[in-house]
Amino acid sequence: MLLQLVRQDLGYDQGPVLRDVSLEIRAGDRIALVGESGAGKSTLLAAIQARLLDQAALVPQNPGLVGSLSVFHNIYMGRLRQHGTWYNLLNLVWPQRREIAAIRPLVERLGLEEKLFEAAGALSGGQQQRVGVCRALHQGGSLVLGDEPVSAVDNHQARTVLDALHEQFDTVILAMHDVDLALRYASRIVGLKHGGIVLDRPSEGMTVADLDFLYRDSDDGRG
Amino acid sequence: MTGGVETIPGARPRYSPSVRVSFVFVVIAVACLFPADLSVTTLDPWSEIRRMLLGVLTPDFFAVEAIGTAILQTIAFALLGVALAAVTGFVLAQFFHLRAVRAACAVVRAIHELFWALIFLQVLGLSPLTGVLAIAIPYAGICAKVYAETLEEAPAAALNVLPAGVSTVSSFFYVRLPDAWVHIKNYTFYRFECGLRSSAVLGFVGLPTLGYYLETAFGEGNYSEAAALLIIFYVLIATLRFWMRPKLLGIYLLAAPFLLEGASDIRFDNIRRFLTEDIVPAPLRGADLLDVQTWVALQDWLQMLLTDQALPGIVATVVLTQIALVATAFLALAFFPLISMQFFGRFGRTIGHVFLVVARSTPEFILVYVFLQLWGPSMLPAIVALALHNGAIIGHLLGRYSDEIRLRPDSAAGLNRYAFEIVPRLYGQFLAFLFYRWEIIMRETAILGVLGIATLGFYIDSAIADIRLDRVMLLIVVTALLNLAIDALSRGIRARLRLSTRVESCQG
Repeated sequence: MLLQLVRQDLGYDQGPVLRDVSLEIRAGDRIALVGESGAGKSTLLAAIQARLLDQAALVPQNPGLVGSLSVFHNIYMGRLRQHGTWYNLLNLVWPQRREIAAIRPLVERLGLEEKLFEAAGALSGGQQQRVGVCRALHQGGSLVLGDEPVSAVDNHQARTVLDALHEQFDTVILAMHDVDLALRYASRIVGLKHGGIVLDRPSEGMTVADLDFLYRDSDDGRG
Repeated sequence: MTGGVETIPGARPRYSPSVRVSFVFVVIAVACLFPADLSVTTLDPWSEIRRMLLGVLTPDFFAVEAIGTAILQTIAFALLGVALAAVTGFVLAQFFHLRAVRAACAVVRAIHELFWALIFLQVLGLSPLTGVLAIAIPYAGICAKVYAETLEEAPAAALNVLPAGVSTVSSFFYVRLPDAWVHIKNYTFYRFECGLRSSAVLGFVGLPTLGYYLETAFGEGNYSEAAALLIIFYVLIATLRFWMRPKLLGIYLLAAPFLLEGASDIRFDNIRRFLTEDIVPAPLRGADLLDVQTWVALQDWLQMLLTDQALPGIVATVVLTQIALVATAFLALAFFPLISMQFFGRFGRTIGHVFLVVARSTPEFILVYVFLQLWGPSMLPAIVALALHNGAIIGHLLGRYSDEIRLRPDSAAGLNRYAFEIVPRLYGQFLAFLFYRWEIIMRETAILGVLGIATLGFYIDSAIADIRLDRVMLLIVVTALLNLAIDALSRGIRARLRLSTRVESCQG
């Protein structure tokens, strides 16, 4: 068991966004958080993040890149903690061959090889998002938390990104807006609506139609 | 090389233009270290430091008379000088679209307050007008530029919707001024703080402000009194917001002229002689202008001055400026974390703030003076003092910027955070601040010659001692031109690197 929430209220200083949340996460889970924007996906993710920060690689919605540093350095930052500070500084002013060799396959896979030493701030939104994913891949570990990691890339690239994330990480928790992709990649779907978890079950056998109710205003019986 | 990778620009490691420019400046500064004189010439600097520290620990606030006069005079000169500059600057700002006005403002800005004071001392003697004009003239040039830029930014939309035929005056007061007013007020307030520092420094050429009493106290080795003077000066600047209220401004301005001390006998004879005789190059004075010999003599005179004085003065000024600039850069990068929420808690930041406030409130001229007492005349005290003062100013601004950076929840801490997250994000801003200070550092470097360092000011000061005012004027013009050149170079580099073009609180 990685994490267990029992009837918790989650939210920010202004008050809870999600009420009465119960959720269990086990190693090996591949969870997609789905629901309308504003349903609380990011809040739930942030709560999980806060509890698992030490072991998780993050792909935040805003990738938090340092615009004036190269793509290479932004990806390398995923491993700042694994290396000594002096080695980090050396690699900052003088990119080490070893680190380039480790990072090049990642950017090649996600189609960024031509941008490796461009300033991250000069890239398009979709490219920046992929750099953020590369950073998480480079950080490694067994758990990744992602907030809409494919929101800014096209469908083909989205599959490449999700393939890479699911190959690299044992446990994957992603907030997804694309229900199709969510059903394809996740083994478990957690649905959010009206400030609570309204669905939590294996994705096997589910269809897009089963998730429709999350995105409709009317017939949820709460009236 | 057949691999496609080699031909793709983004696929190889390379340094960004900002980093390359920084590197060039560091190399230049290192090269400048060779000709620079960095020796310590005092016999026992440590015992002097000990005595100074003892003075700082035992400030003598009971030297009341001296302290009271020094502070009042310093405030009065600053107040009148800045008020005159603000009014003149505001009027000039209305004509800032004229090239001649812009050029004139640039020239008067390029000449340091102390040089203006040295000029007016020759004409008006130690009259209060000398001090007021020395502050007002260069400050008017700065205010005109900043006011004009502020007024420029009036909302175009609001101007466009004005009915056709609205007079320029109406549109000025209804559209341009209201938005700009707060800005102009804040900037003038900031200028007054600068004016206090300038006013204090004017004491070093004989006006009855803080610098005069400070020099006396130092000369007598009375460090306790010097410490008291400086501490009160810091308190004055730190509490500026509380006693400099708009409502009280009128009273202050009415009282200030009566407080000013100094000889009041301005003689028109002096002014006439200064303009028609003293500043005329010696070979031309009373000479036959039709005689070829006169012009040969003038050429010799010019050549002698330029090669024997201006050139070595320029070299020393540039050498010192470039070293001080890079030292400032390193100190600024070292200082800003002290007040940044990204690195320290409330307690640590408070200590950082106190240190930075002291370092940036002390006029660099006074800092140099103090370090000169410790180490003797060489470039070392000047470099340390300039880097401390300017490093504290830029460090303060960078620290405030760094607080606005939002980091990822899993971002690194400590030195990793500093090197990977914060400095790269601040670097453009950092360079912009630095290039703004470049010209200011050079202006200050030139004036340090008055204290015995062989920059341009040294030759100007010597010429004044010899009462050769024609040479003084020529050397001051050379200094101004050097400043304008650095200013243009700095603007060019900023434009190349696409650094922000306006950094108000960092100007002069």
